[in-house]
Amino acid sequence: MDILLQQIINGLTTGSVYAIVALGYTMVYGVIQLINFAHGEVVMIGAMVAFSVIMALVGMGLPLPPFVIVLGGVLAAVPVCMAIGYLLERVAYRPLRHAPRLAPLITAIGMSIILQHLALLVWGRDPRAFPQIMENASFAVGGAAISSVQIAIILLSVTMMAGLTWFVYRTRFGIAIRATAEDVRVAGLMGVDANRVIAATFTIGAALGAVAGVMYGTYYGIAHYTMGFILGLKAFSAAVLGGIGNLAGAMLGGILLGLVEALGAGYIGDMTDLCRWPVFGELLAERCAADGHVVLFGSNYQDVFAFLVLILVLVFRPSGLLGERVAERA
Amino acid sequence: MAEPPSDERYALLEALNLEVHYGGIAAVRGISFAVEAGELVCLIGANGAGKTSTLKALARMIPARGEIHYRRERLDRLPSHALIRRGLALVPEGRGIFARLTVAENLAMGAYHRADRAGIADDLARIYDMLPRLKERATQVAGTLSGGEQQMLAIGRALMGRPRLLLLDEPSMGLAPLMVEKIFEVIRAVAAQGVTILLVEQNARLALQTCGRGYVMESGQITLADSAARLLADPRVRAAYLGE
Repeated sequence: MDILLQQIINGLTTGSVYAIVALGYTMVYGVIQLINFAHGEVVMIGAMVAFSVIMALVGMGLPLPPFVIVLGGVLAAVPVCMAIGYLLERVAYRPLRHAPRLAPLITAIGMSIILQHLALLVWGRDPRAFPQIMENASFAVGGAAISSVQIAIILLSVTMMAGLTWFVYRTRFGIAIRATAEDVRVAGLMGVDANRVIAATFTIGAALGAVAGVMYGTYYGIAHYTMGFILGLKAFSAAVLGGIGNLAGAMLGGILLGLVEALGAGYIGDMTDLCRWPVFGELLAERCAADGHVVLFGSNYQDVFAFLVLILVLVFRPSGLLGERVAERA
Repeated sequence: MAEPPSDERYALLEALNLEVHYGGIAAVRGISFAVEAGELVCLIGANGAGKTSTLKALARMIPARGEIHYRRERLDRLPSHALIRRGLALVPEGRGIFARLTVAENLAMGAYHRADRAGIADDLARIYDMLPRLKERATQVAGTLSGGEQQMLAIGRALMGRPRLLLLDEPSMGLAPLMVEKIFEVIRAVAAQGVTILLVEQNARLALQTCGRGYVMESGQITLADSAARLLADPRVRAAYLGE
């Protein structure tokens, strides 16, 4: 098996999900310079709602094709998450629009905890396993395998990214969003109601997040009330990596982060295998002969890579890969 | 039935006891003035006299006290984004163009509140006709334009909203003399098309030569109000603002 190609395929898959979640962070940040830390929880609730709907549909025993069942989950998750995204803005952030910047940031963390515990009350503390209804066919690609779920995730993500780009760059309301991001008060002079634009960025981001949650849940086959935290943190890192506030940056950052993580996970075992190192190899010759390898860090360290990348970006290019201005006030 | 009072019996815009405060500091101290439909009126004064604050208050960009009457409606009770639908546009100080949007997108934003596609297309053609430089740079990002071109864009964008009343804040600021002349040519052309204009300018001579009537502001108050011709001849104005 070709490990490099396989890890690239895996990385593209998770990277697509990160990119879609990162778009939610970056859109909100672009317009009101707020890091909506509750966004990861919105993604989690998307996965949970889809889980419940899929379980219910499977439970009814109707002769529905698996694709339709998952689609049913998505169609339920999207409006629920849009409503939550809208309410977050309306109830938690709008009253603090002109408050000192720390206030909405702390509120965001508070909303994140509230949503997490709401999910705990509704779905319980055990991981919920998605039913394996999708016939996960695998296709050989030059020594590696790509599953139908992976293909679906990548295609759906690319479609959503293209759709969002079209919306933001080609439609009247999309141009208004970009104008508002640049100067709220001048956009107001053009008749743009800032409240509508801000509410729209929250709901659009939440809709994308809902789909991302379902993709993540079906890919790993599991949903848990804490899953939004680490997923959100990684997607936020992806947004910062690409340059927060920049749509193309969030997409690029998400894909890159997925790739770095997958390649890191794929090779860290080999790289930290002391038997391959010159001095240690001789010192540990006996154990190496017996076990074959003495590995310092295994692939369970993959989460480290996301944050290693984040730290390196913050040190060497604080404005991100495609960012123009430094987010100095966040 | 009695005829409803016609617009002509009222000033298009009337401000009564307008006050603007920044923290404890009064920038505008209870001024009253009016602009009649079809007029080109200027508001001159030194740096910090409160001219920009007055315009921002009229456009509801900053909180203010006092009454603003516009076509028998109280503007001081409306949010800023409701004004352009009523025909009031402001070209802000420093132009306020969207630097990351293209020239064409900036102009499209000017017509954001309109739904008449055909009318918008007509106005765009008219503005490209009047300001051909904008047409040449339509697909360029606005931040790459020169200062003068940006000012043209800001005025063109405001015109895309088909305003009845145009508030212009320091259109000559930071521009080379040749460009200032061009901008004022455009302002005269717009006024000739029937748009009422309230112009704030530091270049008092040029402003008074362009306008029909003028107000002089000093430390947040209106100290003189007269026809532009008489203000140009007034020894106090000549000494303080025309450098004579």
